[in-house]
Order: sequence, then C-alpha cells, then structure tokens
Amino acid sequence: MEPFTTHTGIGVPLRRSNVDTDQIIPAVYLKRVARTGFEDALFAAWRADEDFILNVEPFNRGSVLVAGPDFGTGSSREHAVWALKDYGFRVVISSRFADIFRGNAGKQGLLAARCEQSDVELLWKLLESEPGTEVTVDLEARTVSAKELTIGFEVDEYTRWRLLEGFDDIGLTMRSEDSIDAFERTRPGFLPTTQPAPTV
Amino acid sequence: MGSTLAEKVWNEHLVRRGEGDEPDLLYIDLHLVHEVTSPQAFEGLRLADRAVRRPDLTLATEDHNVPTEGVELPIADPVSRTQVETLRKNCADFGVRLHPMGDAEQGIVHVVGPQLGLTQPGTTVVCGDSHTSTHGAFGALAFGIGTSEVEHVLATQTLPLRPFRTMAVNIEGTLRPGVTSKDVILAVISKIGTGGGQGYVLEYRGSAVESMTMEARMTMCNMSIEAGARAGMIAPDETTFEYLKGRSHAPSGADWDAAVEHWKSLRTDSDAVYDAEVTIDADSLTPFVTWGTNPGQGLPLGERVPDPESIADEESRAATEKALEYMGLRAGTPLRDVAVDTVFLGSCTNGRIEDLRSAAGILRDRRVADDVRMLVVPGSMRVREQAEEEGLHEVFEAAGAEWRQAGCSMCLGMNPDQLTPGERSASTSNRNFEGRQGKGGRTHLVSPVVAAATAVRGTLSSPEDL
Repeated sequence: MEPFTTHTGIGVPLRRSNVDTDQIIPAVYLKRVARTGFEDALFAAWRADEDFILNVEPFNRGSVLVAGPDFGTGSSREHAVWALKDYGFRVVISSRFADIFRGNAGKQGLLAARCEQSDVELLWKLLESEPGTEVTVDLEARTVSAKELTIGFEVDEYTRWRLLEGFDDIGLTMRSEDSIDAFERTRPGFLPTTQPAPTV
Repeated sequence: MGSTLAEKVWNEHLVRRGEGDEPDLLYIDLHLVHEVTSPQAFEGLRLADRAVRRPDLTLATEDHNVPTEGVELPIADPVSRTQVETLRKNCADFGVRLHPMGDAEQGIVHVVGPQLGLTQPGTTVVCGDSHTSTHGAFGALAFGIGTSEVEHVLATQTLPLRPFRTMAVNIEGTLRPGVTSKDVILAVISKIGTGGGQGYVLEYRGSAVESMTMEARMTMCNMSIEAGARAGMIAPDETTFEYLKGRSHAPSGADWDAAVEHWKSLRTDSDAVYDAEVTIDADSLTPFVTWGTNPGQGLPLGERVPDPESIADEESRAATEKALEYMGLRAGTPLRDVAVDTVFLGSCTNGRIEDLRSAAGILRDRRVADDVRMLVVPGSMRVREQAEEEGLHEVFEAAGAEWRQAGCSMCLGMNPDQLTPGERSASTSNRNFEGRQGKGGRTHLVSPVVAAATAVRGTLSSPEDL
C-alpha cells in the first residue's frame, strides 16, 4: 500500500447526512470482478442530476470529500472505497463514519478523517463560497487546513501508523503465524467444519 | 467484575492481545463466502501466492446475483454470470466447498449457515456481507467484513480487531398478536438511530427475547447493522439448543454434551457492566413500518407521514424533506393510506420458514389485490422444499403471488427482481435506501404479516385491518 503522509487537493462539500454505501456505489456495479475501474460508478444515481456537486466545475476534480454525519452506513461493500479512490478521492471528512466503511477505507489507503460537525460546517461554508479551494490534510499533524482555516481531526493510532508506513494487514498478521498455529491446537473438538480438514 | 456475552466470546478467540495501539488478533471459526465480495479477495491471494488456510472452516454459496426463475438456465446477465462463474473457479482452485445455483443446500448465505448447524453458540462468524450479524442469534460473535478482510481471513483465518463496546437492548414484556421481532427491531432502530449502535455489539435480552423462536431472533440480530452496530447477539438457551440438535453440522454424542455444557456458560455475568443500555417496552409495540429512506425513519403503522415543518433540528428537517420527496409522500398522510405496487416477502431478514408460514396464514383463502404483484422468495432451497411439503406454495399461488427460487432477489435487486422508477414496495427486507430495490424504487420495510396484509388490501396494513 502506498504510504499516506500529507495530501492537498480540491475540497468537495457534500451536504448530506447518512450517505449510505448504496448511494456511494449502487449494487448494480458490484457485479464486476476487478478491483479497479469503479470511478464511473461513484454516486451513480446522484450524478444523473446535472446539478450534483461532482458534475460542477471545479468540484469534479476534487480529492477531499467533506460530508455530513454517518457517512458510509449500510452494506459492507468495499467497492464504496474503491469507487471513491478510483474517482480520485484520497480523504473523506465526516463527523461520524460507519464502522465497516472506516475499516475498509483504512485498508485501502483512503483516509477517513473524523472532525467535529461544527468544523465540517466551517469547511462547507468555505468550500461553497470559494469553489476550488484546496484543502491540505496532514496525517502526521492530524490537521485539515484550507485558506486561513485549520482544524484537527481524529483517526485511530493504529490506522494512522499503517497509513503512514503503507503496511498491509496480511503481511503484519503473518508475523504471528506461530501464535495462530498454537491457538488452533487448543480449539475444542466439537467445533464444526464444513468439510474434512486438509491433510498436511 | 464479570463479563458480557460478547466479551466472553471475544476472549475465547484471542490469538494474540494487541499491545498499545495495536488491535487484538481474533481467530475466526466460520467464514462464509458469496460471489459479490470475494472475487477481488481470491485475486489478492493469487497475486501474493497465498493459499486458503482453512478451507474446512469456509463455506461458499451463490445468492446475491442468482435469478429466482429459470435457475436451470445459464444466467442471462453476462456480468452476473461472470461473477458466479468466477466464484465457482475460485472455490475449485482453492478447495472451498460451494453450494451453487440448483444445489439442494443453495440459498442466502445467512440462511444456509444456521440451517446446516454450522452457526453455533460462542463461535466467531464472518462474511463479506453486513448482515452476517444474523448469526448472533445463536450467541455467536458474527459480523460483516470488507473484501480486504475477506482476503485476510482466507489467508490467515484471523482478523486484527479492536474490541467492540457493548450495549444491552432490554426488551421486556409480551408482544401482542401480529407484532413480530421485525417490528421490535424497527422500533429499536428508530429509537437509537442509524448511527446509535456504532462501535457496539448489541445484546438483545429480556423476557420478550427469551420467548422468541430462533427465526425471530435471527430477524432481530440481522438488522443490528441498520442501527450502525457491528453485531447483535442473544445468549444461547434451550430454544437455541433445540434448534441445533440433529442438524447436519451440529455436534452429536459426547461432543454434543461437551458443546452444550460450554454453551450454557455463554451468558452475561450478573455483575457485568455494559457500556450502554436501552430498554424497549414490548407490551406497547404495534406493527412498525418505515416511511423514509433509511431504516431509522420508521413509525407505528397507525401514525401519519411526518411533517418536516414540525422538526426543529435543521439537519433532520432537511433529511426528512429529502426522504419525503424521494418517497413521493405528502406530510400528514395516514401510513395506512399509502398504496403499494409490489410486495416482497423474502431476504436474509425474513425469508425463513416461519416467515413464510406466518404470511401464508394471512393469505390463506384471500387474494392479493388486483394491482399488486407479490413475490415470495424463500431464503434457501431447503426453506423452499419445506414450504412445499407444508403446502405453503399452494396458498401463495392461490392468492395470486409468485412462488420463486431461493436468493437475495429484490432485497437489493442485483438479479432481475427489481422495482422500476417510482414503483413502491412493502418489503420484508432490511434496507429502504434510495434505489436499493431498483433505481427510483420506493421501499417500505415491514414484517411478513404486514407484507401479507398489505398485499391483500393494496395499502400498508396489518392483519387486524383485514
């Protein structure tokens, strides 16, 4: 995974709460078997409306999405994160994220930055009054800045460390393989299996 | 201080406790797989030259994309077909057991696991699907994961996770006739909101829960995610053991005795402390329906469509206005006057045998209203088989409903079962998001008996309206 330290890009104000993953990417786009190429699917239903913010210059070139509370609720589809990334977003800012979405984002190098709703309001006002304003997100310092405005954000320490280093989870877990082997030897015999265990 | 049920299961699966900011590493007892969220995970394994660590703890089924008619034919939609064929190839290559379309055990992954007896108390269950919370009805710690995590579990049979907080949802009293666990969970979600359970495992407890069947408990745990919770759980009891006994993957003989002894220990200790608690009065509940575009936007059926003007909070007023506009509803309309075009009975929320029985009980000797189409989609082929043994399909067909094959179907419209723009449904599924059941479709979430009564009257109705 590509390390994330700071990012600067055009901020996009999305004044909606409860942006569920069915809105981020409708189910019809989940039928693909590749991991990339989902940019056309992002907010597909909303983008049919020509006034939707991503259809408006210069927001269509945005890379920092500033959304209302409860972003990413609903389905566990990681495609929501892929679609945001493929479109060009590197950061989503919201006062509250759904758990699974936040986890998925962290694994794919998309920063889900948690800010106070009052700060989100300030960002919205700024980005709406001066479209095209660039927002700088500094993961090291945990700050979001745009023009004169600087606000703090929260992200859990472990995700922050992994993003900064660009580590992938499976590689990290593989370091504990001995512990996994040891745990498996202690599992009770009554636990179910779906088929006979592979012979080693 | 004692432990909660969720904490007990968590601690029994600790491979390694994280130090400092590091998450814990948790062992996964059962990994369920379907065609939509797995292709990129298997691809990741191939690219890294990794194997599936425990194919014997992994089970795959085809559910999201499968058509519910003409299942003997190849899938017409080439993209859906590719996804299903990709799953078949991945399962063959990596040695994973698969129940494909047409197989006697095929069905929605969250219906298949419990009916095979694979979902057991005190186990950890994951699947690349948020409704994995369903399995918590057995006292399992079960939750949905993303595709990166699917790949992680395939490769290591573990997941790095930070402990969840715990919330007790106390449901005391007795549900009135015609009021189901679906109404309870819709009431819970409207009470705590779609973000209210965030970061929590909900534990449903209290006398109303104790008297529920396993099917009813599954419905409730299934929708925990709609309150933002990662998982829902219910302590296993005699009802749980009775359900499991004799199922093909349930333990037997001495193993059964050992298992039951362990399962009985899976109760929250009397001196345990939850991080949060809410209480619902079961006695006062009536059938609940949603009017908006998220599952928290629900009201008792006897109420009226809410008026945005009466909402003081700006954010919430705007959300209500948007929802009413999308739903094509006028403030103040009695919910009972809302006419529907389609009724969908099915899904991992309400596609089990008991759901079909209760709906058939309402439809017996009645007719689906002339302008309404009703789809009945069993949650699995076994459910379908059992329903046919009981003659339920004849009740549905005589009433004018369509009797289909098993799958996720119109819950999310990845197969041909979709709403058209502006079409309105009463649906026993779990999400009323914009476009969830088809672009422009309008969804009201309801219980199976409300679905059946609505089909008969053509407007949102409860059995007592008949």
